[in-house]
Amino acid sequence: MKICVLMKQVPDNDSAIILSNDSSSIKLNDITWCTNESDTYALEEALLMKEAHGGEVVACSFGRESSQQVIKDALAKGADRGLYISEEESDGFDILSTAKIFTQALKDENFDLIFSGLQSNDSGNAQLGLLLAEMLNMSHAALVMGTEVLNDTRIKVKQELEGGWFQWTELDLPASITIQSGLNKPRYASLRGIMMMKKKPIDIFDSSQIDSTGSKNKIFLDKMYIPQKVKETTFIEGTPDEIASKLGDLMINDIKVF
Amino acid sequence: MKLLGLDYTDISHAFSEEELMVQKTVREFVDSELAPVIDDHFREGSFPFDFVKKFGELGLLGINLPTEYGCAGMSNLAYGLVCQELERCDSGIRSFVSVQGSLVMYPIFAFGSDDQKNKYLPALASGEMIGCFGLTEPDYGSNPSGMITRATKTTGGYLLNGAKMWITNGSIAHLAVVWAKTEDGKIHGFLVDTASEGFSAPMMKNKWSLRASITSELIFNQVFVPEENMLPSVSGLKGPLSCLNQARYGIGWGTLGAAMAMYETALNYAKTRIQFDRPIAGFQLTQEKLVWMLTEITKAQLLALQVGKNKDSGTLRHQQVSMLKRNNTWVARECAKLAREILGANGISGEYPIMRHLMNIESVYTYEGTHDMHTLIMGEDITGTSAIR
Repeated sequence: MKICVLMKQVPDNDSAIILSNDSSSIKLNDITWCTNESDTYALEEALLMKEAHGGEVVACSFGRESSQQVIKDALAKGADRGLYISEEESDGFDILSTAKIFTQALKDENFDLIFSGLQSNDSGNAQLGLLLAEMLNMSHAALVMGTEVLNDTRIKVKQELEGGWFQWTELDLPASITIQSGLNKPRYASLRGIMMMKKKPIDIFDSSQIDSTGSKNKIFLDKMYIPQKVKETTFIEGTPDEIASKLGDLMINDIKVF
Repeated sequence: MKLLGLDYTDISHAFSEEELMVQKTVREFVDSELAPVIDDHFREGSFPFDFVKKFGELGLLGINLPTEYGCAGMSNLAYGLVCQELERCDSGIRSFVSVQGSLVMYPIFAFGSDDQKNKYLPALASGEMIGCFGLTEPDYGSNPSGMITRATKTTGGYLLNGAKMWITNGSIAHLAVVWAKTEDGKIHGFLVDTASEGFSAPMMKNKWSLRASITSELIFNQVFVPEENMLPSVSGLKGPLSCLNQARYGIGWGTLGAAMAMYETALNYAKTRIQFDRPIAGFQLTQEKLVWMLTEITKAQLLALQVGKNKDSGTLRHQQVSMLKRNNTWVARECAKLAREILGANGISGEYPIMRHLMNIESVYTYEGTHDMHTLIMGEDITGTSAIR
């Protein structure tokens, strides 16, 4: 099984976001970077699949030079090689243009599977896996919460539906699958893995050398802004049991303290 | 990639990419897995036993020993950062890793036979086997050369008699590295299977410090140790002291981690605690405390970095390790008091880690060479005159 995992470097949740003077971008110097959360689950699923069925896991990232760190982290956790598409202005590409760049970089690799996180924590498009499936002529499943390899040509996936429902779907390989957070427990890089990391290759593509004919943006950023924090008091009424239930719901789903 | 946490003088460049990745992975592991359970273990006086195998999987046991024995083969700076991150959570956790790596695996690696290395090091590195180190005795702490424990020659080996005290991991260990005098009065190291007849390791209870770490007595009553279990390549006090030098180096980094945790807790608290209608961080007396902590921690960090570089380059002198252990443990001890003051009444609450660190640091101030003993080691170094002999 030859598996590619698309991994994106995004600002850490605790990182202070400061906008540029013209509100068209965020100031990068103040950012602490990390790997997009759902991508870490996608990597873990790929590593588990490789451990069970053999094969190769390739970590791929598109972006400025610092993006190579997410590839290195993946190599330290057990990915076999990296594929880095360098583009210092990657934030300026809309999702369709981004997908075309990835298509050019990946098309000759003939991956059996492309895993990606469901969506990135920064731009939140949730479309790359779907677009790649179309462009590389692969099957597609989104919001995947479980995988089961049936044979060399088919895979079964558990997809999350609305309202707490799930469905199992069978797909032909090759397939592009977007992974929902929480389906496994991502491993930590071991110290031995970190020492091995330097010995693993990272192939570098310069995005300007990739034939990106037709990859002109169709979506343009107007402006960014940071929502104003407002102090809001909510009174919960009802019986003690109802209040407790509503409070629990608020804390879990709205405030997200649990 | 940058150093995580406190780095006031921008020293990230002094570390390799691998060393910074080690800090990141250990910090993620500690914050996600250990931090949520450490308070319960401390309160209950229990060691988080489930974590031993995880430490092994991560490669935290014998970090700086060679890969051929299943170890990570990393630098001493990486080892230092690991100790910092573990003790940022709790000194008891760092103590476990220090004992296993520096006091058990190191002497086997440095003074053991090939058979001993091949038999014990991979099992100790993976966490399948736990080790302890027996040097201190009830009546011989700072003066280990007076030890009473004896190894008497018998057919095929030695008979051990005596007792050791304040032994980290003693009651949970499978293997004890025990230092005892043979009939000629020389100190030798013995690898003792804790299942041996005549060996017992009662747990020492009623500690108010390092409560998430197991501390025990080791009692030897005619314990037979086969000839091949004596460490062949060392005799005299330099054997155990060279092990302590490894561990003290890790302690110098570890206490830095505890100090950082207390400083960060105090800073965050001061920024959000409102008195007289403003955060207490805005008051000059609070700022003085915070600045003192930050400055001393930064100096301690720079000392740890330089001593680590000396250790990696092979130029380290043991007196420099004494300075590191002495200074950084003192800094952490002082930070504990200041952080407790800044948090006011909340400083004694279990909602914050201050009291746990404060109680732990009292042990660390005394074990592995007391503050005063390290003063005298350095005093002899600079004056040429020993104050104790």
